[in-house]
Amino acid sequence: MPLVADRKLDCVGLFCPMPILKTREAMKHLAVGQILETTSDDPASEADMKSWTARTGHELLEIDKNGTVFRFFVRKTR
Amino acid sequence: MARSFAFSSARPGSGGPGATVSRVYLDYAGFSPVDPRVVAVMRPFLEGGVGNPGAPHSLGLEARASLDGARAKVARLIGGAPSGVIFTASATEASNLAIKGVAQRAPGRHIVASAVEHVSVINTCRDLEKRGFAVTYVPVDAEGRVDPDAVARAVRAETALVSLMAANGEIGTLEPIAAIGKVTRARGVPFHVDAVGAAGRVPLAVDEAHIDLLTLSSNDLYGPPGAGALWMRPEIKLAPLILGGGQEGGYRAGTENLPAIVGMGVAADLARLEGPAEVARLRELRDRLLAGLLERLPEARLTGARGENRLPHHASFVVPGVKADGILLELDLRGVAASSGSACGALTGEPSHVLRAIGCDRDALEGSLCFTLGRWTTASEIDVVVETLPAVVARLHRLAPR
Repeated sequence: MPLVADRKLDCVGLFCPMPILKTREAMKHLAVGQILETTSDDPASEADMKSWTARTGHELLEIDKNGTVFRFFVRKTR
Repeated sequence: MARSFAFSSARPGSGGPGATVSRVYLDYAGFSPVDPRVVAVMRPFLEGGVGNPGAPHSLGLEARASLDGARAKVARLIGGAPSGVIFTASATEASNLAIKGVAQRAPGRHIVASAVEHVSVINTCRDLEKRGFAVTYVPVDAEGRVDPDAVARAVRAETALVSLMAANGEIGTLEPIAAIGKVTRARGVPFHVDAVGAAGRVPLAVDEAHIDLLTLSSNDLYGPPGAGALWMRPEIKLAPLILGGGQEGGYRAGTENLPAIVGMGVAADLARLEGPAEVARLRELRDRLLAGLLERLPEARLTGARGENRLPHHASFVVPGVKADGILLELDLRGVAASSGSACGALTGEPSHVLRAIGCDRDALEGSLCFTLGRWTTASEIDVVVETLPAVVARLHRLAPR
């Protein structure tokens, strides 16, 4: 079953550090357990998102890649 | 040289007369005060009596002469032809123009850069990756140095450009630009050098190092912010990023920011004439800072290169067990301005790409402290930091013992 996000964030066209900064900001508006879907086409954002979720403890549920565009599904854990 | 400027004056809101706290400013890489001699030359260009360099009247002709004078001064600093100087609004714009401008006109779709480039180069390369280019990010050693042989191995038949920095602003390491220039020249690949940190501080001659395009920042030379330059050889094929009225040889449209450009020219002249003496003075102060801090904080670990392979005004290190953010905040409360050396990392709290690239993963989590000295740094400022930093570290250890 495809993941359904509670909130979506479009970071297409932006570069490091903006996708992570905006993701961090958007997470503040989610309740614990809810899912954020961030879209980004910065080639560095996959490594950045993995590192950021590992460090902050939020759960990176899935990474979808369609052409040059990534979709990251992150569940807020705290 | 004695000088009163914003950083050494009383802190705003610090109370009435006598309640002043003197600031210690060691973030010259972040922003440098503009040299008053530069400001003096700029003033009439701001206050009037000067025309648009493109105008046909006599004021325009005088403006044109001033513009070309600045071009000659900037070119002289790097030993290049004045006609190769394209003025931009920033060094970031100059690097964008170099990389995208060459990539757009070159038949090949491959770029070589290093893993420790400034974000203006990294993000431009990432953008080209999205547009179908391949980019090889050459790794660096533990001191942040690129191996010229690794560059030679990375270059392919379809490589459009090699782009490397002359000096890293976060860890102070000087790159072996001349050796890499030999590689690119032998392979017939254009070589772009981001010389923002190095210009005016280490000798840079575009012919000796076989540099084909070079990025400069005005403010890093104690010129006004809002100006930068890309120098390039006449045989380089470049597409403009900004289109309009054909200023700057058609490579950068928009009426020239003459006051800032004239200021950058004076700053470049001063850097060429006074650079060697200033560098010797700053190296001595920097070594005094390092010796003093390492004596009192023996656990501190330097990041980047040591000795001759390091920017002379630059000191950076990690204090294990204490977050750099916390140290910087505490230092600021005590009137000392320094930085982490990485704007990107400061915003996200993520370890910077430079610290990750030099392989100090665990240290990277704590972040690096970066002190950059400049034209008005005094020995007493250094002594304040040598006194203050160990106290700050001890306090933070007490607050958050391991």
